[in-house]
Order: sequence, then C-alpha cells, then structure tokens
Amino acid sequence: MKTVFPLSIAAAMALALTPAAAQKTASQGIDEYRAMLADGNPAELFEAKGEDLWKKARGPKNASLEKCDLGKGPGVVKGAFVELPRFFADTQRVQDLESRLVSCMETLQGFNSAEISKTPFGRGEMANVTAMATWISAESKGLKFNLSQTHTQEKTFYEVGKRLFFQRGGSHDFSCASCHGEEGKRIRLQDLPVLTKNPGDGLGFAAWPAYRVSNGQMWSMQLRLNDCYRQQRFPYPGFGSDATIALSTYLGVNAKGAASIAPAIKR
Amino acid sequence: MADPMRIRAQAAGGKATVRVLMSHEMESGQRKDAAGKTVPAWFIQEVTANLNGKQVLAAEWGPAVSKNPFMQFTIKGAKAGDKVAVTWKDNKGDTRTDEATVS
Repeated sequence: MKTVFPLSIAAAMALALTPAAAQKTASQGIDEYRAMLADGNPAELFEAKGEDLWKKARGPKNASLEKCDLGKGPGVVKGAFVELPRFFADTQRVQDLESRLVSCMETLQGFNSAEISKTPFGRGEMANVTAMATWISAESKGLKFNLSQTHTQEKTFYEVGKRLFFQRGGSHDFSCASCHGEEGKRIRLQDLPVLTKNPGDGLGFAAWPAYRVSNGQMWSMQLRLNDCYRQQRFPYPGFGSDATIALSTYLGVNAKGAASIAPAIKR
Repeated sequence: MADPMRIRAQAAGGKATVRVLMSHEMESGQRKDAAGKTVPAWFIQEVTANLNGKQVLAAEWGPAVSKNPFMQFTIKGAKAGDKVAVTWKDNKGDTRTDEATVS
C-alpha cells in the first residue's frame, strides 16, 4: 500500500495541474471569440449602406450630404471622426458625429432634425444616421484621437462631461465612474476600460460604433451612452443632448493618442 | 430589394478562400413581438456559389443561422481573375446574387 500512495498522489496532482496550465482566463477566451468574428464583422454591411446614404440625393431638398462639413471642411470625411466632438461656428455649439449628421440632414436635405432626434434607435432615419456614422468612423480607422480644446465651449463641455462622469444618482447611486473609474472592473465577463485616462488603442471611446453580435444591432456612441444610463437606472438622456455630447467630449479628449478601431465588434 | 452582400475572394496556393457577409434578418419564427404575437419566420433557405458560372457549392440553411450571416469556404483550382457569384434565396422567395473577382 505504501508504494501505491505516492503514485496516486502524483497522478492526482498531474491531473489537477495539466488542465489548470492549459486553461485560459475568461477574457482571453472572449478575445479569441472576438478575433474569430472580426474577420466577418457585419458592421461592413452598415458601412456600405452608410456610404450610399451619404452620396445619395435624398430628403425634401433632394440633395446629398457630400457638402456636409464634419469639421475638416465641406465633404471631408477621412480623419473627421477622431476629431469629434468639436465646436461648429455655423450651429454655434459643440457637436458630436451623430448630432452633426442630423444638422447637416436638416440644412442640406431639408429633414426635420427634431423629428429624427425623437426616432428610436434602429428605426427610420435614425437607423440611417447610425449607418452613416459607421461609415464615417470606418474612414478614420487606425487614426489617433485628437480632439480640439481651443474654443471656450469645448473646454466647458469637457468640464461638464467630467462632472457628469462622476455624478452619482439613480436608484443604485451609480455614476459612470462606478464602473469606469478604476482598473479591473467588469460587467459579467466584459472587462471595462478606465475612462478617466487614455484606456489604450481601440478601447472605450475608440471602439464605438460597434456591431453587437448578441442582438445583431449596430450601436452608435449615442446609443452606447444611452444604454450606460439605462444600466445606471438614470432617465434616458435625449439624443444629441448637451449632456451626451459633454460626456463624449470628456471621453474623446481623454482618449487622445488612442487609435480608433471603429467600427468594432462586440459580444 | 435586399441589401447587397460583401464578398471577398483571395487566391493562394492553388485555391481561393471566399468570405461572404450577407445582410438578412434571419428571423427564426420562435420570437414574439411586443404585442405577444409570433414574429413570422424569415430566413435564407438556399445558398449556392458559382465559379465562372459553374456551381461549386450548394447549401440548405435553416432558422438556426445567425442574423447577417458570415460564410467562408475554399474553392480548389480557383485563380486570380476568376468570378465567384453567390446567391441566396429565402423562405419568402426573395433572392439576391452578388459577384466578386478573385484577387
């Protein structure tokens, strides 16, 4: 018996050690899954749709958006995404990509911007705004975020965004910072980026718009923020509201130097 | 009219890898809408692929395939310049064909 004992212990130890050594952490597993999906990211379908919509003459004025100024001059798309939100002189306010698209749709094509802003995500013209935002973000893929902070309004929006980020409220007494304020936080198996600083290339602000595999939807930054507030049990922020743009400005300025991978793919 | 597919085909080592992204709802028929009524099934049933007009793949799909499906396959003997056409047909009879050139 004495000779058998150490042997069985060794065998048991070998059994216990081998799977442990080969086992991946949950987040490594998810990364692998994402890498597999990234090859056929359905966001490409939305990109194609968005490009068509941008170039097509539509709306009551039957015009295309090719004269829309996204901040780098009329019609310039490449590189515009990584410099938004920014101050626009014609509208006299700081705008993010989606709110800018909606004001272009009003001034150039004659759409009613208030009506579009009220449309739920994924429906009607709102779905078109998301598709165009997807294409425009794709045109800046790999470029580094570099938001302007020269105009007073841009500085104000950054400061307001910072306060909103740390503002606790709702039935759970949550703030954005509750989940995105320190390292090592996650929701279920999703690692959460720290958004008070540059979280790195393709993380946080640099990863949206993104295609969500679990519900087959294309999510823009506005919808991402809207859903963050839903998870915090806050009231929904209005589409293109100053609050969402201030938060975007805060996240975008913090992400300075991070390369954009948008449109990304999410679980 | 259904949205276009994205087809990429790349030749390497005597065969071509074809990647196809289709735009389709792929409704399983198992879901209910907000009013509690069943959302009718609507999915791709037949997929075929042709190389220069000759069929190289035929597949029967069902409601278990995901929304906006992605399909990848290899064609032996395909070389740069060849034309790959992919066709799908759904259970409502709607169909779409797109073509790409092997690069």
